[in-house]
Amino acid sequence: MIVERPRDLRIKKILAHGFLILFLAFITFPFLMVVSISFREGNFTIGDIWPRNPTLEHWYLAFGLDYTRADGTVVEPPFPVLLWMWNSIKLGLFAGAGVLVISTVSAYAFSRIKFRGRTALLDGLFIIQMFPTTLALIALYAIFDSLGEVSPFLGIDSHLSVVMVYWSGVVLHIWTLKGYFDGIDTALDKAAAIDGATPWQTFRLVFLPLAVPMMAVIFVLVFIGAINDYPVASVLLRSEDNLTLAVGSRLYLNEFKYLWGDFAAAAILSGVPITIVFLIAQKYLVSGLGEGAVKG
Amino acid sequence: MSAPADAIPQTEQPQYLRWAIVAAITLGLLYVAFYLYLIAQPLFAVVILAIGVIFALIFGRNRYYNLRFVFPSVAAILLFVALPIGYTIWIGFTNYSSFNLLTFERAKSVLLSRGSVDKSTEQPFAVADLGDGTYQIWLPEAGLLSDPVSLTEALEEAALEPAGEPSNLLSAKDAIKLRSGLQTLTLHTPDGIAIQNSGLRTFASLMPDYRELEDGQLERIADGVILTPDHGEGFYFADNGEKIPPGWYVNIGWRNFDRIFNNSGIREPMIGIFVWTVVFAAASVVLTFAVGLLLGVILQWEHLRGKAIYRILLILPYAVPSFISILVFRGLFNQNFGEINLILEALFGVRPEWFTNANLARTMILIVNTWLGYPYMMLLAMGFLQGVPQDHKKAAALEGASASRVFFKITLPQILPPFMPLLISSFAFNFNNMVLVLLLTRGLPDIVGTTVPAGQTDILASFTYRIAFGFSSTEFGLAGAITLLIFVLVSVISYVNFVAMRRGTEKRNAR
Repeated sequence: MIVERPRDLRIKKILAHGFLILFLAFITFPFLMVVSISFREGNFTIGDIWPRNPTLEHWYLAFGLDYTRADGTVVEPPFPVLLWMWNSIKLGLFAGAGVLVISTVSAYAFSRIKFRGRTALLDGLFIIQMFPTTLALIALYAIFDSLGEVSPFLGIDSHLSVVMVYWSGVVLHIWTLKGYFDGIDTALDKAAAIDGATPWQTFRLVFLPLAVPMMAVIFVLVFIGAINDYPVASVLLRSEDNLTLAVGSRLYLNEFKYLWGDFAAAAILSGVPITIVFLIAQKYLVSGLGEGAVKG
Repeated sequence: MSAPADAIPQTEQPQYLRWAIVAAITLGLLYVAFYLYLIAQPLFAVVILAIGVIFALIFGRNRYYNLRFVFPSVAAILLFVALPIGYTIWIGFTNYSSFNLLTFERAKSVLLSRGSVDKSTEQPFAVADLGDGTYQIWLPEAGLLSDPVSLTEALEEAALEPAGEPSNLLSAKDAIKLRSGLQTLTLHTPDGIAIQNSGLRTFASLMPDYRELEDGQLERIADGVILTPDHGEGFYFADNGEKIPPGWYVNIGWRNFDRIFNNSGIREPMIGIFVWTVVFAAASVVLTFAVGLLLGVILQWEHLRGKAIYRILLILPYAVPSFISILVFRGLFNQNFGEINLILEALFGVRPEWFTNANLARTMILIVNTWLGYPYMMLLAMGFLQGVPQDHKKAAALEGASASRVFFKITLPQILPPFMPLLISSFAFNFNNMVLVLLLTRGLPDIVGTTVPAGQTDILASFTYRIAFGFSSTEFGLAGAITLLIFVLVSVISYVNFVAMRRGTEKRNAR
């Protein structure tokens, strides 16, 4: 380890690189295949890794455009992929914003404001949140089914309902932010209090600006979580135009209507932006991961 | 560093604005509560009412100023996490299903509003065209004219008013073309009688099928049969024992649990599914941990070059949205024209039946889950590996310990304790990882001889999902009962996790 002969070292290096490259070949195989499939003709045809007659048909359809084949037949897009993508992004943005509002305010209270039962309340919330929402889907369905009679905006097949469920997943973020606020010097609040600031003003003008980097991390986590969510959206959303990507994509690989090629193009189109967001954010996400955030 | 004094406004926000907002939100919540009570959902009504009252108290009185900060999170968690959990447990004790879907009041009103066309009241009609896509129905015998209607295929209702004959009547032939729209139309006479299309040229009164008797029974008007509500079963029963749908949901005590434990068509598959759930979650944790740690160790090696590129490529499976990767694998593993089988056939001449053979399907799920999960473990391992002091390793190496011995005797024991809570939460996550199962196999292949849909690759959570939201059956009650059992299991895991996490934080703070 410390005293290593150059020859041994070189063999080890070759082995390490060889292993990593082989491993990466396995790991990236699905991605390469999907790219190849998206340019392949038809939805069933068995083709080569390098498509023989590359076609843009699947890409036209993924972008929601009609495609005219060489023989003159016009193919219509099977599903509104861009609309689904917009739905997903919309839900993600609203979920992220709502969670930020709720969690920053609460984290500030749990960190700075003294009230009776503070620790017990936080522990209680933590234990409740450990029950995965996916197990309460039946009840969520029943609840929104009833609320839907009050107003369709609160009912089944409404984006607001789905977002409200996402808003309830805040405890982990409160926990993280509270840890961050705990590390801020109390001299700051005292200075603000002496200047006559109310706790709300201290929060808004002192703590909130300090927490911006942390909030960015939480926003991205919630955004990605919402876009990746399948169970809640699949139960609460019904009509095709309201679906999110996660729920809609499944329709491509139906046993009776298997649109492999169309799916490949749609998957790349929708997957690439989200992946890029994640890769940019991952440096900051890793520090949050240690706190116990599990990708959902 | 201190906040500049002039940045903090000295005046409070105007009081009346705050009062207006608080009053508006409170009134809105009270309205929702009242409406829920009206449609016979007293439980939800009480919950919303409670939230409304607490909201008004906390935001209305300055005494509770401090609680304003935690109100939103507590309300959200109570409404969308705690209430659903409690409600799911309650559903487990009911027969809520596609047969017993309504409340009693709704079921009764459905029956009472059911009507048949009374042929004896048939009268001719004509359609007047208003030109702008709307029409009026003219009943010459009664001298009644309807409000404008669109005559689309959607359900439509309109009132009738006494009037003179309109001028722009359509011929009988043109009126028949509007048939589909006429059939979904209900007209109401000024006397409150409902009238519907009963033939090509006639409308007739709608007579109710059932009449409510004083003691809560219903009488079928056509043959005088008496229907008695049975609140143990959630159905109306006729004298001859005939069950009259729709049913309503009622509390049936422990009957769902009795079915789970004593009906072998449910119990047998459930035991199998439980065992597979534990195996799946444990194997996923072990595999992702092993692969992630191995890669972490290699990437931490000081002599390795190009670490940054390897790192980015290796975390790609974590960065791509999981629902896309899972569906990609679903296609690649396809038995008939999936690319994986093409390659395997070309190389080894085999075509494994990934979706019809139980063991292969389970293997496939584990492969995919390892692919999805190892980057998370790798990232964590890289962080924790940095915390292992170099001199410990150097000392061991000087003593002549081999690299693997150093790893297992020095490195692993040092990173395992901080890893533990994360491994437990990974276990808990995979225990309920139904997205993977639903998107990849949907539980298939099916277990033979079960009374509820159950698959060889189903985990408890996806099994419950399919019982509740499957294509063939929607047995919310049974699913709720199984969910309660899962809750008990999850509670144990959560408690262990909570203790481990607490311990982890304490240690970190002590350091």
